[in-house]
Amino acid sequence: MAAALLSLSGVFVSAYLYLYKLGKIGSLACGAGGCETVQLSRWSTFIGVDVALIGLAGYAALLVLSLAGLQPRWSESRGVSTMLIAASGAGLLFAIYLTYLELFVIHAICRWCVASAVIVAAVFVVAVLDRRRFSRQAAPGAA
Amino acid sequence: MRNFYLVLGAAAIVGAGILVYMVRRPAEVGIPANVVVTPADTAGFAGYVIGSPSAPVEVMEYSDYQCPFCQGFALIQFPTVKERLIDGGQVRWRYRDFPLEQHPAARTAAHSTACADDQGRYWEQHHAVFEGQAEWSEARNAAKEFRSYAERLGLDMKAYDDCMQSAKYAGRIQASVESGVRLGVNSTPTFFVNGRPATAAAVSYDRLKALVDSLSAPTAP
Repeated sequence: MAAALLSLSGVFVSAYLYLYKLGKIGSLACGAGGCETVQLSRWSTFIGVDVALIGLAGYAALLVLSLAGLQPRWSESRGVSTMLIAASGAGLLFAIYLTYLELFVIHAICRWCVASAVIVAAVFVVAVLDRRRFSRQAAPGAA
Repeated sequence: MRNFYLVLGAAAIVGAGILVYMVRRPAEVGIPANVVVTPADTAGFAGYVIGSPSAPVEVMEYSDYQCPFCQGFALIQFPTVKERLIDGGQVRWRYRDFPLEQHPAARTAAHSTACADDQGRYWEQHHAVFEGQAEWSEARNAAKEFRSYAERLGLDMKAYDDCMQSAKYAGRIQASVESGVRLGVNSTPTFFVNGRPATAAAVSYDRLKALVDSLSAPTAP
């Protein structure tokens, strides 16, 4: 449940940034203005696709996986849990790469990007903790 | 589980509602800093100039609308300099934008004066923006304050709004910053008198007058 709520908040953060890139909202609520520097930099696209759009698609996928994991027929499935860990882990690695770019290449911090990195890290942690449930269930049989 | 879906659904509706509100609200003006400067940005433009083309002395000022020292100079020293030296034909003044990174509204301020320049009212808007610095520096939406100054000057507000929304002078402002960086400008205000750097302290009216007199004096045979 926590993963689904976190993923939903990630969808909104990335949708907000993508709407900015599309020019649908004026300026970003970002204090000292680091967000616009980051969002208008050449690193705001990855292999030709807006990073915000990649984030939007990624969080949507995490939301679907989180909700799928709550369905009775998949709630005991390791497959869905594994996919959630893999997807959020990939998202976390991507967020670390983007944070590196902000700190050491662009030299500007976008607080919305930081929020997104925290969200994807939280989804990953929740997914890993949930996965331990299967290990605990398997433990009595293994003894 | 039903309660969870209710919470998730409510969060989705609230989030979507906030995004829709943001898309529909009137856009705030934002002038980007990291634009790519094109030749068109600087074609035929090297700052805002006031004074006689044949004046023997040219003072070039790099300034930031959100800088308190620049405001002090603009409101206290510059009127006297203008009245006695510029209007007297001894000095030509060239103002160049140098919005500092730590001043988030300075670039929008500079763009506002550029849009006023489109309507031939650059110096009036320049003065109004400096005069209102205390108001807009702390304002949530500085562009709204600049707009009110433009309105007070009687500018064509449709043209002004279009100009601000387009951010068409963002490249020109950035070109001005880059020209200053090339000359070694790292603070504001920075002055150059006939191309030579002069300390800000040297550009009080009295000191500038002495400098102008020395530069204007006929050389001994």
